Amino acid sequence: MIDALIFATLNGLLTGLLLFLLASGLTLIFSMMGVLNFAHASFHMLGAYCAWSIGQFTGFWPALLLAPLLVGGLGALVERYGLRHVHRAGHVAELVFTFGLAFVIEQAVQSFWGPDTKNYQPPALLDFPLFTLFGQDFPAYKAFMLLISLGIFIGLYAVLTRTRTGLIIQAATTHPQTVASLGHNLPLLHTLVFGAGSALAALAGVLAGPVLGTFPGMAATLGSIVFVIVVIGGLGSLTGALLASLLIGLLQSWAIAVDLGMPDLLHWLGVEFPVDHPLRDIWRLNLPQLAPVLPYLLLVLMLIFRPSGLFGRREG
Amino acid sequence: MKRITRLLCTPWTLACLLAMSDSGIHAAGTKPEPVRIAMIDPQSGAFAATGETAYLQLLFAADYFYNAHGGILGGRPIEVIALDNKASVADTQQQLRRAISQGIQYIVSGNGSAPASALSQAIERHNRRNPGQRVLFLNYAAVDPVLTGADCSFWHFRFDSDSDMKMEVMTRAIAANPDIHRVYIIGQDYSFGTAVAASASSMLASKRPDIEIVGNALHPIGQVKDFTPYVSKIVASRADAIITGNWGADMVALARSITDAGLDVPIYTFYAAYDGITATLGEAGKNRIRLVHNDLANPLTNEEHIAFNRAFKARYPDKDASQPRIATMLTMLVSAMEQAGTTDPFSVALAMEDMRVTNMDGEQVWMRGSDHQAFEDLHVSVHTNSGIVFDADNSGFGLLAELTVPAQETVRPSSCQMARPTQ
Amino acid sequence: MRHLLPWGIFALSLLLLPWLFPSVLGISILNEMAIAIVFALSYNMLLGQGGMLSFGHAVYFGLGGFLAAHAMLGMEQDGPVFSVTLIPLVAGIGGLLAALLIGSFSTRRAGTSFAMISLGLGELLAALSLILVGFFGGEAGISGDRSLGPDFFGFDFAQDRQVYALAAVWTFASTLLMYLFTLTPAGRMANAVRDNPERAAFLGYRVQRVRLLSFVVSGFFAGAAGGLFALHNEILSAQSLSTANSGNVLLMAYIGGIGFFIGPIIGAVLLTLINSVLSHYTDLWLLYLGISFVLTVMFLPQGLTGLLMMHVAPWRRGLLHTLLRPYLRTAVPALLCVSGLLALLETLHHQGEAVIFLGISLPGGQASNWLAIVLIITLAALDWHRSLPALRAAWQRATRGETP
Repeated sequence: MIDALIFATLNGLLTGLLLFLLASGLTLIFSMMGVLNFAHASFHMLGAYCAWSIGQFTGFWPALLLAPLLVGGLGALVERYGLRHVHRAGHVAELVFTFGLAFVIEQAVQSFWGPDTKNYQPPALLDFPLFTLFGQDFPAYKAFMLLISLGIFIGLYAVLTRTRTGLIIQAATTHPQTVASLGHNLPLLHTLVFGAGSALAALAGVLAGPVLGTFPGMAATLGSIVFVIVVIGGLGSLTGALLASLLIGLLQSWAIAVDLGMPDLLHWLGVEFPVDHPLRDIWRLNLPQLAPVLPYLLLVLMLIFRPSGLFGRREG
Repeated sequence: MKRITRLLCTPWTLACLLAMSDSGIHAAGTKPEPVRIAMIDPQSGAFAATGETAYLQLLFAADYFYNAHGGILGGRPIEVIALDNKASVADTQQQLRRAISQGIQYIVSGNGSAPASALSQAIERHNRRNPGQRVLFLNYAAVDPVLTGADCSFWHFRFDSDSDMKMEVMTRAIAANPDIHRVYIIGQDYSFGTAVAASASSMLASKRPDIEIVGNALHPIGQVKDFTPYVSKIVASRADAIITGNWGADMVALARSITDAGLDVPIYTFYAAYDGITATLGEAGKNRIRLVHNDLANPLTNEEHIAFNRAFKARYPDKDASQPRIATMLTMLVSAMEQAGTTDPFSVALAMEDMRVTNMDGEQVWMRGSDHQAFEDLHVSVHTNSGIVFDADNSGFGLLAELTVPAQETVRPSSCQMARPTQ
Repeated sequence: MRHLLPWGIFALSLLLLPWLFPSVLGISILNEMAIAIVFALSYNMLLGQGGMLSFGHAVYFGLGGFLAAHAMLGMEQDGPVFSVTLIPLVAGIGGLLAALLIGSFSTRRAGTSFAMISLGLGELLAALSLILVGFFGGEAGISGDRSLGPDFFGFDFAQDRQVYALAAVWTFASTLLMYLFTLTPAGRMANAVRDNPERAAFLGYRVQRVRLLSFVVSGFFAGAAGGLFALHNEILSAQSLSTANSGNVLLMAYIGGIGFFIGPIIGAVLLTLINSVLSHYTDLWLLYLGISFVLTVMFLPQGLTGLLMMHVAPWRRGLLHTLLRPYLRTAVPALLCVSGLLALLETLHHQGEAVIFLGISLPGGQASNWLAIVLIITLAALDWHRSLPALRAAWQRATRGETP
């Protein structure tokens, strides 16, 4: 039990940090432009697919750098020629636009890369177990993922708080008019942030592709989860996004590790229901079953009771 | 230049095509009228890969066995029409209506028990309400036992062994392995996953009471991105074998997490090969994945099957002839048509009952009349790259049969109470 | 009198279409259109009229549908209880109650918050529908025979044609009721709250109450559409309340035009046709659908109806005919360019295999072929671009009423 819990914690941290790579870009884009980007997870998927394709020619390492750059460039183009065009029509139109974009990217990936799972493997250099705990290996590649994700978080934080560009970006999220009147090119800043956010999502995709599988459905399952994180963390808050990512990652991981559920609760309460009770499905629910539902449950509860999220300053 | 002028007309062609879609464009002409078979399976969306290869195999079998040799029933060619159900129950119904509108009498389908059971019920109702336009349903892959059990239909014929038959063979293989004492069952949280778990427990209990089921986990279908937490539980349970009914992305992700964790135990399963899965599993799955299936892949001894595979590969270099039972199904259908001398579904269905044909491997295949379930040899194959002549996904890896259970030993009693229509 | 004309046309087309497309497939597509119209109109009560962007509208459609499927299943097991014609009503009430429950907290805010709650609830219910097997029937769904209700004036609803008759009546009534709702004070208030919730609140309206009312009425009609869907297919599965279905109705409403009452009707008819006809000709239809949707959001924010309505002004001035020539001039290169792009996408999709594109066989994997297509696209695009100034000028003349 305890060994499974320790591994669940390790794994939850890993998932959480990976989710943060995604959520950080999304929350940055939201705080600058006020739009939740539905296509964010699609850029994540594009990252994995591009890395796989590039990796066919160059191997893993150049792809790790090239794929995010490529997808980041694509993101910048989308902002410049798509989103900016729709901006005039308001936030609802922007949301609908990114929703359509996610749809198009998923279909395009399916049509041109094919519907099957791609054989995208971790690099040979990292393809060994780092250590063995309670008879279970921890792959070196996962440790590498952990390191990169942590590095990105620290780097992002440093850029935002220590560099000039970072300060301008921060200022632009709260006082866009002032920043513009100081002579900074606000539209260019938007394009850059959107591109950088997409590149971060793609980087997460490049890293996650070999572990979580590279297939056309990979964006759909992740997309909504990232939304949940950004909303729970508080729209526009980087710290909130980190905490929410870890929370969701750990919660899902623990829920699977712990074999508890309604039967245990009922047993503890001393209540018993007949096997053919009309609500028997509810009395049989258990935590591992509910693990993927938990984030949405959390989202709905959060939006009802604390709509600004954990660290939110503004409401949508 | 000619191409350009023709392209100029294309918008109008498109408009005309759209307009004519309802009226059926395939004019019969003077040629003998083809015998048309509609294949209702996913051709787009997440499950398109499996639907597409199945379609190509049926198409190829029709050409290879019959159309290249002058057709059937005195010169009529077989025409295979793919209708995309997008893996959805509602679209399956619509494509059935499309097939009926076009006067097609034979429906082939198999990917997913949900569309298959919807089809079986819809066809039962349609044939009852419209005795003049009956259609026949040939199921080559949906393995839910209820389709030939509680929900059996006179109009439904299944050419794949049901999941209980496969589980019988799987548990036999597990029971024969003296190293296995603790088994972990993991599956998708829906009817098939729960059915697999239930039959695995009961069959193991009767064959090897000393084997302990150390865990039984159900996970939501298609929702789990990372199976590591589940694998941690498997490791903690000290299981020495895993049974799973997972398929598609869930199967790949599970196998991958098991490999990453360094857990070296056999995985017994049904669907862990072809359509990119074999290539993805590669070295990691070697000698670890064991598959129960009808479709002998290696070693092939019968020249007929070898020639079929070579010819298929020559025509579709990127695909594999992974489901020879599709060819068996066609053989039986055509034999029944020839025997009945007609394509009338009722007569053909009667002719197919208790029919025996020989498949490409020289094995006898029997269609039981009481529940319309076919019986064919079942194999337990291992995922490996040694001794493989016909690999999967051009990866060098493929399936090698370790254990073959003859058809007569897979027969289970029929529980079907069939409502039999009259002419 | 003028207001009655569109309704007359609507009723007449509902009446005549089954005679024009009498095949099994034709009737089936008409049934689906009728269902889609009710569903899309109910969606637009939220998005177009109430300013609430929902990503989870299929929840009410699906819950209503499951209720209907259970009603049919009950009659199959326990004998006829009530007429099958009332099943959409039962389903509608189910949708209404679900909307009342969910709307009581989700309608507190509009905008992004509302969109997120609807998305979360949509995902939640879609995931739960596979866990709660008793009510939702797992992945196989709930199936029931629609023809076992009590006889209704000789109708037993075994045939699709009879179901169409029922669906047509329900669609006409629902459409009329939803239109009348927009004319009531409640409907007008929904518009006011959409445009400026602060001002509406300041004027003394309870903003949430107004949103909730629209939401509940919308839930009723979504549920009724789900009930018709269950009657049509005689089976309901979890796919009906999936987020994909929610996305689909958003596409219908937006492509049709959310600013007009008739917009979702046009969108529903068009998307049903695309789903059942275009998908038969190309594997890439979903990609084309997505691209058309994105282009609509970008360039036609008022949808196809908006495009049509743009022509009302020139038509009133009697200048519509002056647009014909510039339109044709632009349409030829535009269509050529689009066909070229389609050919390119199709050949890319079928890597190396021959493609039959609009009756022309394009051998795959030949550089010369691709070069020809790209050349055609480029030339057509250039010509298209060149034709635009004339079109723009013609538009200005036509809308400002200046005769050339």
